[in-house]
Amino acid sequence: MLQLNVNGQLHELDIDPDTPLLWALRDHLHLYGTKYGCGIGLCGSCTVHIDHKAVRACLVTAADVSGKAVTTIEGLAPDSEPVQLAWQAFQVPQCGYCQPGMIMASVALLRDKPSPTDADIDAAITNICRCGTYNRVRQAIHAAAAGKKEGADV
Amino acid sequence: MSESFKLTRRAFLVRSGVAGAGLLLGFHLPSRRKFAAAPVAGTEAAQPAEVNAWIEIHPDDSVLIRVARSEMGQGIFTALPMLVAEELDCDWGKVRAEYASASENRRRGEVYRSMSTGGSRSVRESNDYLRMAGAVAREMLVATAASQWKVPAEECRTADGIITHTPSGLTKRYGAVAAAAAQRQPPELVFLKEPDEWHLLGTPVQRLDIPDKIAGKPVFGADVNLPGMLHAAIRACPVFGGKLRQHDAAAIAKRPGVVQVVALDDAVAVVAESWWQAQQALLDLPVTWDEAGNGAVADADIRASLEAGLVAEEAVVMAEHGKPDSAFASPAQQVEATFYAPYLAHATMEPMTCTAAVHSDGRVEVWVPTQNASASLEAAARTAGVDPLSVEVHNTQLGGGFGRRGTSQDFTEQAVRIAKQVGRPVKLLWSREEDTQHDFYRPASMARLTAALNDKGHLTGLRARVAAPSILTSLGMKASDGSDPIALQGLADTFYAVPHLRTDYALRTLHVPVGFWRSVNHSQNAYFREHFIDQVARAAGQDPYRFRLDLLKEAPKQRAVLQAVAEQAGWDKPLAKNTFRGIAVETSYGSHCAQVVEVRVNDDRSFQLLRVVCAIDPGHVVNPDTIAAQVESAITYGLTAALFGDITISKGRVQQGNFDDYPMLTLRQMPLVETRIVASGDFWGGMGEPPLPPVTPALCNALYAATGKPINSLPLSAHGLRPA
Repeated sequence: MLQLNVNGQLHELDIDPDTPLLWALRDHLHLYGTKYGCGIGLCGSCTVHIDHKAVRACLVTAADVSGKAVTTIEGLAPDSEPVQLAWQAFQVPQCGYCQPGMIMASVALLRDKPSPTDADIDAAITNICRCGTYNRVRQAIHAAAAGKKEGADV
Repeated sequence: MSESFKLTRRAFLVRSGVAGAGLLLGFHLPSRRKFAAAPVAGTEAAQPAEVNAWIEIHPDDSVLIRVARSEMGQGIFTALPMLVAEELDCDWGKVRAEYASASENRRRGEVYRSMSTGGSRSVRESNDYLRMAGAVAREMLVATAASQWKVPAEECRTADGIITHTPSGLTKRYGAVAAAAAQRQPPELVFLKEPDEWHLLGTPVQRLDIPDKIAGKPVFGADVNLPGMLHAAIRACPVFGGKLRQHDAAAIAKRPGVVQVVALDDAVAVVAESWWQAQQALLDLPVTWDEAGNGAVADADIRASLEAGLVAEEAVVMAEHGKPDSAFASPAQQVEATFYAPYLAHATMEPMTCTAAVHSDGRVEVWVPTQNASASLEAAARTAGVDPLSVEVHNTQLGGGFGRRGTSQDFTEQAVRIAKQVGRPVKLLWSREEDTQHDFYRPASMARLTAALNDKGHLTGLRARVAAPSILTSLGMKASDGSDPIALQGLADTFYAVPHLRTDYALRTLHVPVGFWRSVNHSQNAYFREHFIDQVARAAGQDPYRFRLDLLKEAPKQRAVLQAVAEQAGWDKPLAKNTFRGIAVETSYGSHCAQVVEVRVNDDRSFQLLRVVCAIDPGHVVNPDTIAAQVESAITYGLTAALFGDITISKGRVQQGNFDDYPMLTLRQMPLVETRIVASGDFWGGMGEPPLPPVTPALCNALYAATGKPINSLPLSAHGLRPA
């Protein structure tokens, strides 16, 4: 029996410990905001936080994260999270499929670097978006950083 | 604010024969929500009222607008409701959108018309009947209020969901009269607003789907969850056209979670309690295939077939004017180039998926991210062998479409087949590798373009031969005379004033399935033509922008976007060291688009994409922010293909599988996109595709300016040209 701490809730799961966290979240906890895109850690659609760091959930197993704090897109507060407010203001998403991963990667970036440079964003946001939201992702991260600093709404 | 029956408005006969059945909006057809009983006085407010098939008005004044096209990121879940709401004069802040049902569409006499979402057609094809649906509903609401007040309807006006009797100042809310209005006969004649009366269209309203999308809430196809549902992973014969010969189900039968192995004609699926269990077992399932004689086909064979097409006798002339043969008899100068564009996969972020339930009573349900819910319905009915009226299609959100999820419903057919054998609801999800290797690819193409110039450097003759597989023929949609009306998009219909022109087409029959890839044949043909024009301009010793302007004397719209983009990009301004520009223009799917790409080229042939400036004329503007987003989107999609896109064939199968060998443009490589909307306002053009075709030739033209060497085959990575 594995114990998973997801979005502050403890879950007991009777699953193969090698199950990737991505599939534990989706098929066992029915948290579908974390998406499958490639399964090899390249696209970032499955990005979640493990102890506040951005991690690709297809590359870690459920057993790996036992005892750690997992946060998914469902665990953010969209009405107050600066990144999500900026995403709304800049109308970032198109199809939306990659966006939970983009948002999770961006929230983690701003936790590490509250005022990221373009180079910081380039290095941290390696998620793939086929709709082409990249320009707006960059703008929204800068806006979220500015909003956070001023403590004001984006 | 708008007054009713304003005579400057364009009048539309709602049920006239002018546009044939095209204007039959089904206002009299029975609703799926039952309003058969006349409302009892005082209770009207208890229920939402379907004023017509598109519009449901609730007692709290909220308005539900149904959308028959698919939202795949392009913004029509907002744009199409805007068209309805503009004429309805409702409060936009109270508008919600939901998918129209394909099943209802069938039951109600195609009341929602086409559900096909491709060819950038959503706005340009449905704007008239959606605006009319809003106008008709508004008339019914006004007539209801006027009759309750016992005043002439002409004395009433509407705004923000409120009807005002102008002389008395009396008001009624839409929600208060909707139930009674729904019982009225629709008007025979409605008036649509003139563009200068629009208050919603043309404004950058926020998209209705974004609040859910930033919270991770939308249900994509892959997110469907049903009671008792099982998960399927699938592997189809890696060689196109092949069949399943043998598989050893016993080898994986005892694996944890595995429920069943399902054999299909050309594929095998493992059904399990979770998708990961199914996929892991599938990877270990011993399978042998009948490769149908295609197991030795390699890229060299495909190239040879295309090359043979360049000189084949049996080509079909698709467009000809002037005397092309005499133009080439003794030109002052002749320029020729031969081009190649590879197969491309769609690579939607969400791989192909469909969930199906085949019920014991003969009903079939599918939950599917589809670009054409009606096509999904037909595919499910055909596959299950049931009457289409027994099929319910539940549209989900789409994790991208780009042409992959429309005409070809292979994923729907597979899910229904599997669910039928399993007897429980099954969610089929393809792995990324399966998705890359079983696409309907943008056709690999070759083209030979020849230009004749006179002694003044004017283009007098143009010949273009295209050798490529035919999408329409391969989908069984075209006759066998070797022609294909869309194969020469961008070449046969060129807007350049060339006195003598011939374009012809040599259909190639190859075993790789081809399909509609965002902007379809414009994507490669515009690259051929526009990169060639730069080569011709150079031969003529002319600036490529001015060379094009001269050829656009009779094409004012294309000329306007070209001038706009040149001005915005500062075409005549000097560039920084090692920085170069390229320009291109194309008309596709009803809109005109020109782009300038700026690159900085390094000594090692790597380059930075600095910016892409885009001028676009879509005619009328529904939502300018959506236009900007679609420009950014199409440019990203086009650049990705130009830089990296290369599906290659060996042993009859696709060699690429995932984003490691079929790479995508990332944020770090993405240029700044600047969009200038040059709306001429006298037509309705498309938006999802038109900004794509110019970007590849504009980029190639910039690199040509930098290196002096044309880039007559794609992708750029094959030439050692890579973004830094």
